Amino acid sequence: MRTSADNRNWSARAILLLPYLWLVIFFLAPFVIVLKISLSQTALAQPPYLPAFDASAGWVGLMEFAKQLSADSFRLVLSDSIYLWSYLRSLQIAAISTFALLVIGYPIAYGMARAPRAWQPPLVMAIVLPFWTSFLIRIYAWINILQRDGILNDLLMRLHAIDGPAAWLSSDTAIYIGMVYSYLPFMVLPLYAVLERMDESLLEAAADLGCPRWKAFWLVTVPLSLPGVAAGALLCFIPIVGEFVIPDLLGGSESLMIGQTLWTEFFSNRDWPVASAIAVALLGLLLVPILFYERLQQRSLEGSRS
Amino acid sequence: MADGEASQHRVENKKSPLVRFEAVTKRFGSFTAVEALSLDIEHGEFFALLGPSGCGKTTLLRMLAGFETPSGGRIYLDGEDIVAVQPHRRPVNMMFQSYALFPHLTVEGNIGFGLRQEKATRAEIAGRVTEMLALVRLQGYGGRRIDQLSGGQRQRVALARSLIKRPRVLLLDEPLAALDKKLRTETQFELMELQRKLGTTFVIVTHDQEEAMIVADRIAVMDQGRLMQVAPPAEIYERPNSRWVADFIGEVTTIEGRVSGSGIIDSAIGQLRIVDSDAAKLGATIWLALRPEKIAMGSERPISGLNAVSGTVSEIGYRGDMSIYKVRLADRSLVKVARANVSARGKDSFGPGDLVWLSWPPDAGVILTG
Repeated sequence: MRTSADNRNWSARAILLLPYLWLVIFFLAPFVIVLKISLSQTALAQPPYLPAFDASAGWVGLMEFAKQLSADSFRLVLSDSIYLWSYLRSLQIAAISTFALLVIGYPIAYGMARAPRAWQPPLVMAIVLPFWTSFLIRIYAWINILQRDGILNDLLMRLHAIDGPAAWLSSDTAIYIGMVYSYLPFMVLPLYAVLERMDESLLEAAADLGCPRWKAFWLVTVPLSLPGVAAGALLCFIPIVGEFVIPDLLGGSESLMIGQTLWTEFFSNRDWPVASAIAVALLGLLLVPILFYERLQQRSLEGSRS
Repeated sequence: MADGEASQHRVENKKSPLVRFEAVTKRFGSFTAVEALSLDIEHGEFFALLGPSGCGKTTLLRMLAGFETPSGGRIYLDGEDIVAVQPHRRPVNMMFQSYALFPHLTVEGNIGFGLRQEKATRAEIAGRVTEMLALVRLQGYGGRRIDQLSGGQRQRVALARSLIKRPRVLLLDEPLAALDKKLRTETQFELMELQRKLGTTFVIVTHDQEEAMIVADRIAVMDQGRLMQVAPPAEIYERPNSRWVADFIGEVTTIEGRVSGSGIIDSAIGQLRIVDSDAAKLGATIWLALRPEKIAMGSERPISGLNAVSGTVSEIGYRGDMSIYKVRLADRSLVKVARANVSARGKDSFGPGDLVWLSWPPDAGVILTG
């Protein structure tokens, strides 16, 4: 006979299972499929790779299937410098964009946190507002702004800052503008959350102990906002590395970010195994900052608990 | 320019008070927190600002620290006008109610913070920090993180941090409010000992009258931005200058009466004897303030018959060491009487509804005119 305590225990476990179930269905299963494809070979078939896995063949079929798997695609991805350069370029763009986002986002978050209480909800709203429009449309709008006879050139020429129209579009500058514009909320919101929570009396204490305002900012505000800096930086860096739409619409064609390379392999070359290998390697690459972030969060959780 | 102005206001007299508030007013919008307040605090004093919440005591302290600028008036420190001086340049340090310890620094980092803002050498800072850790009995805790400390330990770190620069005045904003009662009482005595040892002037803000009475040499009782009375604790308690102060500090019963002769007043409970004083002019309306412990209570009418009234016990507030009896008199008014619970079984105590006689000598009460 089951008691109510048993029941409770059981339902508590079931609730714990839910997130794992979510992970298995929406992350682990697709990942296993991608991994399987990355270990396959291209073929003129539907789907365009071999071997195909036939569950009806049973254990023998599975062994047969495993024998045909190969790491050729990974070997290609790691040996051909095209892919290496693509990865490096993605990391570089992500690093520079994240730095620019931090430099621009920190003062915005700081200003928001310092604004009168009544102003803060509308300010947060203003930061989130762009999400109400489709991302693609917003990037298309930037094409309008940055193109040769676009708003930016028009404005700069009116201000006599430049003599003739400058080429903004199809350049790295355009990519950086697009990245900073698109990811700014992801930088500002975590920073704002940390700065807004900060105890005002800490700055008074610093002043009381002989610390001028600008110095108190560096000695107290900045160190205490580091968790927000880390959260914002990773929330921007990780998706920017794999970004496809922004470099594809705003950037030039001379060198590709890894997301674009993947797209080319998948859709133009119909080389699913290599495309999958690129994706798996990218995941491995991004695991480093993700694990770092996890550890950071773990530590701050422990800190607040004790 | 600022220096010239400051020296112009320098008070030459060496005997001048350490801190002088001169007609200081502070307004927040339409709310006046402090109104035309003048107050001197002497060298080496343990001074308490006491009052109900919102009375302006914290604002006064924050103006001394430099976090608030007075709307009017002047504040002198050592005879120098400090109103225009930035908080980080004032030779005063504050211990905050929330402690305001830096969570990203260790105990040592927190205590040494003030010295690191000066041109102190590393060895000098380390030496002073060790000294301060010993002073607040936290030896061996220097490397701890703030979130690894108990409330009492944090309180002591905050104290050490505010003392390390040897301030001219140490400001304490409700320093013990977050501690439990037992720890608070212990810490009160530690604070007094510390103040005596260092000779530093302490200014404490508190809403706890008991705390103010225990620690302070002098107390300023404040209400609605004004000083009600500034005096040593015993004087505040025994000789309050108004009904408000008498009522705010401790328990008291006030009896209204009219002076009908030399040392005699007529009141609703009959003729009462008082000590003749200038305040008790013939025909004047006065209030006789009686502290509960000054009134004797018994079941028989006292032999002297002087200032003896009868009533019935209506309520008893048991406090362990003593009890406060509320006795209802013939005119329905209540008198509070304190009685030490001397016998363990309470044989000599009274219960609700008991008929009792109250009496007090003529010099037991204070004559108040306002």
